[in-house]
Amino acid sequence: MNEIRASFQLDYGEFNLEIDLILPGTGITVLFGQSGSGKTTLLRCIAGLQQPSNGYLEINGVVWQDSKQGVFLPTYKRPLGYVFQEANLFPHLSVRDNLQYGLKRITKKPDLAALKQTVELLGIGQLMERMPERLSGGERQRVAIARALAVKPQILLMDEPLASLDSKRKQEILPYLSRLHQQLDIPVLYVTHSQQEVAQLADTLVILENGRVLASGALSETQNRLDVAQAQEQDASTVWLVAIAEHEPSYHLTRVIFSGGSLSLPAVEAKIGTPLRVQIYARDVSIALEAPVATSILNVLPATIVEIADAHGGQSLIRLQVASQVLLAHITRKSALLLDLKVGMAVYVQIKGVSTLIHQ
Amino acid sequence: MFKNISLHLSLTIVLLTQSQFSFAATSLVAVAANFSKPMTEIATEFEKATVHTAKLSFGSSGKFVSQIENGGPFEVFLSADEKGLETLEKAGLALPSSRFIYALGRLVLWSATPDFVDDQGEILVTGGFKHLALADPKLAPYGVAAIEVLKKIGLFEKIQPLFVQGENIAQTYQFISTSNAELGFVALSQVSENGKINSGSGWIVPETDYAPIRQGAVLLKKGAENPAAIALLSYLKSAPALAIIKKYGYDLAK
Amino acid sequence: MVSSADLDTLILTFKVAAIATTLMLLLGTPLAWWLSRTQCSWKALINAIVALPLVLPPTVLGFYLLVLMGPAGVIGKFTAWLGLGTLPFTFSGLIVASVLYSLPFVVQPLQAAFSMIGEQALEAAATLRASPSDTFFTIVVPLAKPGFLTAAILGFTHTVGEFGVVLMVGGNIPDETRVVSVQIYNHVEALEYAEAHWLAGCLLLFSFSVLLVMYTTLKSQPVAHPFK
Repeated sequence: MNEIRASFQLDYGEFNLEIDLILPGTGITVLFGQSGSGKTTLLRCIAGLQQPSNGYLEINGVVWQDSKQGVFLPTYKRPLGYVFQEANLFPHLSVRDNLQYGLKRITKKPDLAALKQTVELLGIGQLMERMPERLSGGERQRVAIARALAVKPQILLMDEPLASLDSKRKQEILPYLSRLHQQLDIPVLYVTHSQQEVAQLADTLVILENGRVLASGALSETQNRLDVAQAQEQDASTVWLVAIAEHEPSYHLTRVIFSGGSLSLPAVEAKIGTPLRVQIYARDVSIALEAPVATSILNVLPATIVEIADAHGGQSLIRLQVASQVLLAHITRKSALLLDLKVGMAVYVQIKGVSTLIHQ
Repeated sequence: MFKNISLHLSLTIVLLTQSQFSFAATSLVAVAANFSKPMTEIATEFEKATVHTAKLSFGSSGKFVSQIENGGPFEVFLSADEKGLETLEKAGLALPSSRFIYALGRLVLWSATPDFVDDQGEILVTGGFKHLALADPKLAPYGVAAIEVLKKIGLFEKIQPLFVQGENIAQTYQFISTSNAELGFVALSQVSENGKINSGSGWIVPETDYAPIRQGAVLLKKGAENPAAIALLSYLKSAPALAIIKKYGYDLAK
Repeated sequence: MVSSADLDTLILTFKVAAIATTLMLLLGTPLAWWLSRTQCSWKALINAIVALPLVLPPTVLGFYLLVLMGPAGVIGKFTAWLGLGTLPFTFSGLIVASVLYSLPFVVQPLQAAFSMIGEQALEAAATLRASPSDTFFTIVVPLAKPGFLTAAILGFTHTVGEFGVVLMVGGNIPDETRVVSVQIYNHVEALEYAEAHWLAGCLLLFSFSVLLVMYTTLKSQPVAHPFK
């Protein structure tokens, strides 16, 4: 079976974890939650760094842990790669020796060609002879990712790999992560508390709160659930997977299509057909009862109201369906009342701004 | 005002004790380790009999010599031998005229195990032990005497490989009392009460087998003016003190 | 000026120190490792026992060893049962006493060095397929190198300088238990000051140079700790 089955019960008194998940065996699954939600603990359980009282873990058909049968593979026997929040490079070893540390332990004859490929993928070729203390934070993290991949893992676990970096360094690494996304055929579990990273990387999203799973599923389903705390926040947003349909160089625009419609974006330099992720903030979406005839806004789409909820600060949060896509809108409660919005109503949404996320 | 009162008090004490006219004083006494038990008793008696007090410090004679040479505060020195005393006298740190022999040490071949050592010392010939303890002859007169005994009965060469040496006679006693050495030569004073061995078994070596262990006492320069120091040395020669010395297994100088 | 007897004591002393240091490193490494990682409630007790020789007068320790290793003592009965006889007055006994006496000087620097290695380093190694023993030799030992150096030097020099314990359990037997510190003491006691000065001078010079080398080496090789 091409899937991950993870079930853990762990009781620390103040904090307890109770998780029962089935996750796809491919793509990036983001474990999202605030600090204390148990996302890192879950990752550590999967790695075997923490041993829960009760646990079952099966990765693509192989059982790594089953407390009922007394099965527990120690971490060093689990074919996984782990990227820590701090890069955690061995300070007494050069970058090359760090990369080869795990490699030497999986085979007597290390596959140096594969390593070279990984090194190129992460752009660390010129750093090989350096000692970790002479690397920048971003470089260190890239080496750490390469080191985890060098052992040819069957699953890659990443614990907030960008959290310790400033935003400039984050932007330096994100493209590499996206590239990994394209080229890796193994599942990646990625822990973060950043919505930005969710938007850019997640295929599957698991939202954790107080050691429980709040929501789990494909990004398009889970990201817009109104009962999820993040939807209530000011910068709530929706991510759509789209593809480039045409360029309009004279307007400096690019038109992209999604299942059921199209959007205009500021020009994106990529070939026609390139898949893209676009992010639409709920605050940039307004609602009209009829199709606006004269408006400066380019992106006007027909939609159906699916759910209405109150948000703080006199706001209403509206979940809409645009063809097969879900969209969130933040409008004032007064507007919602004046327009007499109801679930099931057919309306038009005007999208003031669309941001393009990195290339897929 | 206070001066008058204290003078008055002292006069009263002098009258009450009817002793010779003197003020109560304290003397600091360096005592060879082997003489610690009898000296403690003598000091108690001394303090009862006079107005003075004696503060006793026990240790090895060699160590006391180097301490006195380097400004040690002692006023009276009861050594385990006479060697160090001569050194001190030559250096002008002790008063030669005050020196006398306060005790003659007696050597005993002793074991913590009852009936192990016979009263003739035949065991030295018959053997049956792995270690024989003695004080380092370089440091302690009892060690010198032990070597002398073994040479005299012609067993030195044979027994020497079995030697374990204590740094002083107290440590030698420890080796034997913990049975780490089956037997060894110690001072009779360490294992006897009223002239008889009070534990284990032993052979009191005849005085004719070794040169007398002459334990000398001397008044040190630091105590030359101290009435308590002078009084203590003379008390050591008094009948009650001699009785105590004898009781602990020492002979008296003839 | 150094007589052949004195030279023998010097050689014996270094022999004792070298053997004792080796044993202390073999014994102290797992002990220090355990102490630096365990949450066990016995930890405080074991820590206190290991540190005891630091505060006990050596003669007290020596006296207890004399009693315990003697024919009536627990250790003595055990060694006799093993057919080894009793340990006081023997070279082996001296080694045992030295190990017990100097062990805190080996365990404590190691424990400090191990404690400074974060759990993350070990976890990183585990995720890279290194078993716990593999991790110990390839990660912990290299990272704790300054700790090992300090431990070895302190253990060695402290054994060379030990006196009270040897005095109590040694019995001053030439080429067996007569080490240099005891020899110096005996020279002083016997008022042979010239000989004492020579030997003491050798010892002082040796200890000082070793410590100087140690501090110079440690200074030029700072402990690397980018794990934080």
